[in-house]
Amino acid sequence: MSPTVTTSSEANGNVSAATARAAAKAAAVAEATGPQPVTMAKALNTALADAMQADSTVLVFGEDVGQLGGVFRITDGLMATFGEQRCFDTPLAESGIVGMAVGMAMNGMRPVIEMQFDAFAYPAFQQIISHVAKMHNRTRGRLKLPLVIRVPYAGGIGGVEHHCDSSESYYAHTPGLKVFTPATVSDAYRMLREAIDSDDPVVFMEAKKLYWSKDQVDLEALRREHDGLSDGGSGTHAQRTEGRAVVARTGTDATLITYGPSVPTAMAAAAAAAEEGRSLEVVDVRSIVPLDDETITASVRKTGRAVVIAEAPGFASISSEIVARIQERCFHYLAAPVRRVTGFDIPYPAPKLEHYYLPSVDRILDAVDDLQWED
Amino acid sequence: MIPANCGYETWFRTILKANSGYRRDGPMTISADHTAAENTDLNAVQADAQEAEVRRKFGISLEAYMLPAHRQIQMVDPEGQLKAREEQGTEAGHEYPLPGDAELVAAFEQLVVGRRVNDQNSALVRQGRMAVYPSSHGQEACQVAAALCLSEGDWLFPTYRDAVAVMARGVDPVEAMTIFRGDWHGGYDPLEHNVGIQCTPLTTQLLHAVGVAHAAKLRGEKTVVLAMCGDGATSEGDFHEALNFAAVFHLPVIFFIQNNKYAISVPLSHQTVAPSLAHKAVGYGMAGERVDGNDLVALLAVLDRAVKLAREGSGPLLVEANTYRMQAHTNADDATRYRAESEVAEWMAKDPISRLKTYLQGRGLLDAEAEARIAEHAEAVAKQLREGLGEDVPVDPQELFRNVFSEPTPQLREQSALLADELSREATTREETAR
Ligand SMILES: Cc1ncc(C[n+]2csc(CCOP(=O)(O)OP(=O)(O)O)c2C)c(N)n1
Ligand SMILES: [Mg+2]
Repeated sequence: MSPTVTTSSEANGNVSAATARAAAKAAAVAEATGPQPVTMAKALNTALADAMQADSTVLVFGEDVGQLGGVFRITDGLMATFGEQRCFDTPLAESGIVGMAVGMAMNGMRPVIEMQFDAFAYPAFQQIISHVAKMHNRTRGRLKLPLVIRVPYAGGIGGVEHHCDSSESYYAHTPGLKVFTPATVSDAYRMLREAIDSDDPVVFMEAKKLYWSKDQVDLEALRREHDGLSDGGSGTHAQRTEGRAVVARTGTDATLITYGPSVPTAMAAAAAAAEEGRSLEVVDVRSIVPLDDETITASVRKTGRAVVIAEAPGFASISSEIVARIQERCFHYLAAPVRRVTGFDIPYPAPKLEHYYLPSVDRILDAVDDLQWED
Repeated sequence: MIPANCGYETWFRTILKANSGYRRDGPMTISADHTAAENTDLNAVQADAQEAEVRRKFGISLEAYMLPAHRQIQMVDPEGQLKAREEQGTEAGHEYPLPGDAELVAAFEQLVVGRRVNDQNSALVRQGRMAVYPSSHGQEACQVAAALCLSEGDWLFPTYRDAVAVMARGVDPVEAMTIFRGDWHGGYDPLEHNVGIQCTPLTTQLLHAVGVAHAAKLRGEKTVVLAMCGDGATSEGDFHEALNFAAVFHLPVIFFIQNNKYAISVPLSHQTVAPSLAHKAVGYGMAGERVDGNDLVALLAVLDRAVKLAREGSGPLLVEANTYRMQAHTNADDATRYRAESEVAEWMAKDPISRLKTYLQGRGLLDAEAEARIAEHAEAVAKQLREGLGEDVPVDPQELFRNVFSEPTPQLREQSALLADELSREATTREETAR
């Protein structure tokens, strides 16, 4: 059952040797039971391998995803395990990658493609906006495009220009695209499997700075949970993630609403606030499209105060959308105007300046302090 | 509401820790760290193998095979006379047998129907029954050849100008025209006839063609895909990406360029200084050929061979058809602003229909009875278009929300309810005022 996945060092060797090592490793993995320390990168990699194992129409391609296993090693070992027909490197052309994926999806495949970095997906913009998002609508539902575009995104990693963009708003603004962004290791597995299962195209945004975050995760249990879901079952742990935000920490005084790379910062802020005697709830949006208005509004109605946190520039962004929706739906429950902590409206800064830009615990706590507690 | 993920609390601390050291030693590398494949120049090895295969199959060098013949392939001259073999532009390795009589007669019928479709649609635009129609008047031979060279199960990827080709593949004429009628963006099911949507963003469809061919190849199917674009479109990035992808993955895609000399107002000389568009093929490692795009006989000869080669596994091919857009870009365009009447008149004399008609009549393949039957067929299609597009098709405002996703999101359901409410209030007001 357990698909074989190799580590990055193995991807450097030749394919057959890697396959042998992968098989040995798979046996070891299969034996391991219960929660293990797992990185988000590993969870994503396992989700890809499991999806490829479960469905031979799932294909993985992009730049450097084959032999190398991706610059972030998310596709590590997939070529060795599933062969060069199912996981392969393409010529270096993002529009080509997406456009070809459109044709493949039209013709019975479920491509999962990788854009190497956020800003390098822009050459594919026309294909994504004009075709990926619209083919289903244009053909009155006759053509479905079950494809996943994986985009490593956002900063906080000391990356140089073009490697740290928060580009989620471009996609979310385009009707016809689903946009997911997991913040936990478990959600990374769950959401990628769900994205691949989806008959709609999904832009799957992976916060680069979370790739090496670790959690105690039972991958086998997640696998079972997913299989229960796709069988239409509702196993005890079964959690559909599409369109469902999650309350990452419960609290009573104010709600921090965030997603992706900013979730750990919000969690840290909530922990710090607790020490100061303030109980903050944290909502991880995780499914940007479709958005879970219900969970967000339920939390804000409960606490009466909210701060929306996102790394992207705040102007015309996901954070502005969330604020607008809270104000439309929770106006009479609010004790204070909804605040935002976002990136400044500037091009993503150079590495030595990025800490001025990124939402920080202090900035979040300042915003919380501003929520008119005296009134 | 969903209960909190039990892992969040412990997990976020590990991230903060993991990230603190990241700036210095994180794998922020974009350079591949695997060793180059044993220093072997795979491309050189491949080229040698290709060279050997081409020499065996066609008796010429790889370069001579990929470069187009020195002149365009033309079999029947504008006067409708079959040219002498040595005048047809064919060369060693670029040989094209004359298509069979039955194929030519069937093609002539489609040609006449295609012209009638073009002119009927233009008339419907003038009458305000269609928003716009980019006519392929003058290019019908290309349209018909693109459709007829393919077998059942093959795929066609057309542009906005290729409605005649779409219909010649069997798509219902009225469904094909829905895109220009204004009640939806597309009218036919691409999967029913293996015909892609009539694509407007230039050359984006070429990549879809590549993907369809790639998927078919992975399943071991012998599907051939013909992808159409215009001369202006060859300047787009997706043109390059599609040709390169098709070549690298060795896919059975035929890139069929209708060089009608203009991209709206801009002449070909502003798009490229390449010797011809067919010459672009060699840069991707594929064969290119030029053909008289108003000579249906030559078009079928060249495309039939291209389809055969592609199906046999020769990889992609490029065919440039030398034709002319006889009318304005669309009804909204004024062609007199950028081209001389004398140029149009010159091309009028090279019309694809009169030429094939003369040829077939000369060969005794087309008598008055057959002509009458074909004319009747064309009239029937024109009538179908008039009736289908004359009807005021009822639109359903709720359809706006139906197919954005497989299932409407909660937000779309809300918006659809909003519109429904607005419309029902409007209806009530209308009723009240009527009373
Ligand atoms: C990406 C893109 N840019 C611009 C346009 C607007 N446009 C529509 S048709 C056209 C000219 C295309 O010329 P050509 O490729 O030669 O095809 P033709 O119209 O002559 O058949 C232009 C510029 C478009 N549809 N798509
Ligand atoms: Mg043109």
